[in-house]
Amino acid sequence: MPGITIRGITLATIAAICATLVAATNHLTAARIAANEQAWLEKSLEPALGGLDYDGSITAAKLVLEPPHDLPGDDAVIIYRVYSGGAPAAALFAVTAKGGYAGPIRVLVGIGAAGTITGVRILEHRETPGLGDGIEASRSDWVHQFDSRSLGDPPVAGWHLQVDGGEFDQLTGASVTPRAVIKAIRETLLYFDAHREKILTMPATAEAL
Amino acid sequence: MTPGHFIDRLQTGLWRENPGLVQLLGLCPLLAVTTTFVNGLGLGVATLVVLTCSNVLVSATRRWILAEIRVPIYVLIIASLVTCTELIIKAWFPALDRSLGIFIPLIVTNCAIVARAELFASRNGIAPSFFDGLGMGAGFALLLMAIGFFRELVGKGSLFADFHMLFGGKTLAGLVVVDGGWLLAVLPPGAFFSLALAVALKNYLDGKRDAAGRT
Ligand SMILES: Cc1cc2nc3c(=O)[nH]c(=O)nc-3n(C[C@H](O)[C@H](O)[C@H](O)COP(=O)(O)O)c2cc1C
Repeated sequence: MPGITIRGITLATIAAICATLVAATNHLTAARIAANEQAWLEKSLEPALGGLDYDGSITAAKLVLEPPHDLPGDDAVIIYRVYSGGAPAAALFAVTAKGGYAGPIRVLVGIGAAGTITGVRILEHRETPGLGDGIEASRSDWVHQFDSRSLGDPPVAGWHLQVDGGEFDQLTGASVTPRAVIKAIRETLLYFDAHREKILTMPATAEAL
Repeated sequence: MTPGHFIDRLQTGLWRENPGLVQLLGLCPLLAVTTTFVNGLGLGVATLVVLTCSNVLVSATRRWILAEIRVPIYVLIIASLVTCTELIIKAWFPALDRSLGIFIPLIVTNCAIVARAELFASRNGIAPSFFDGLGMGAGFALLLMAIGFFRELVGKGSLFADFHMLFGGKTLAGLVVVDGGWLLAVLPPGAFFSLALAVALKNYLDGKRDAAGRT
């Protein structure tokens, strides 16, 4: 085909122009996007601290536990250690709850240094709107029943749904979703209880517990 | 081209050949994101911008684009525009980005855009192509907003929730008309029902007008 060169050149020129356009936009927006991501992360973590006063940023002293670990889920777990007046005040665990109705649920469990829950929030889920999505703090008060509770209050055996013989409410017409979340909270509490000192004091660079 | 032509172009996109209602193009985003008015507005405006820019660029370069390579070039142009739009939304409307998620990059697969490039912009001047993109984009955006409005009202009992995602400011609950709603409307089947109602309504109105025109 005689015109193959001209077609190749046209295509290459247009590709180069398009790439330049995208690169320029990326250059102009990259800093803002990174700042948005960071702000969004801090904002989505903060509610699980239940109004606790903390120094600086939540994400500064984070710890990443690669699987296998004894926390819920098969994914890496991120632990954000939060300090108040220089002393460890709480740890936020971003864990994956298995057994949701529509796949894994990302749960953020905030535990104070003394072992009391500062707050629980759902980071990500695909549960059915109107049924399972009651676990979101914006949809119902369900997650608030865990505030200020701890492993002794109730004892481990009580950390189940009422339908399963425990102390916590389920959601109307949906017990699969809350069961998965409560299991993740229970396992996180047990883990924190067993490793409290290490979790709160370990430098952020350490690899494993 | 006279102003009459421009108005005609706009009317074609908004009503006569509305991409969603008549050509039934771009249904994937249409059905997936229209759970609220704000989502419909956000994706509608993003699609409008991409469609108008892509029409203008395709029309401006149509003399150099040989028939054999036109499709890869449309793809390049549309993909770059969508990527830039996505970056801009991420930078200035992060909450909207969270809500629309994957559907912003998926604008690239909206066949309404490549269809206008192929059927109109590659054969017409820049000004008509601009108005064609504007009309088609606005037709699509208005349909997204109408369906979002309807599904939000019926499915959640609210109107204009989450406006802060587009216009900043603190979280507004929107208007709560009734507490809770008929859940089906915000689930996927509700999207199909709503679109079917919209298409039926348009056909009914057109039919009535035709009948009135004949008598
Ligand atoms: C389409 C559909 C979606 C459902 N979504 C959920 C869900 O997201 N979360 C949930 O716990 N149960 C969901 N269920 C209900 C569960 O199948 C199960 O019946 C329920 O959790 C049992 O709750 P109960 O012990 O209160 O009867 C759904 C059921 C159907 C038919």
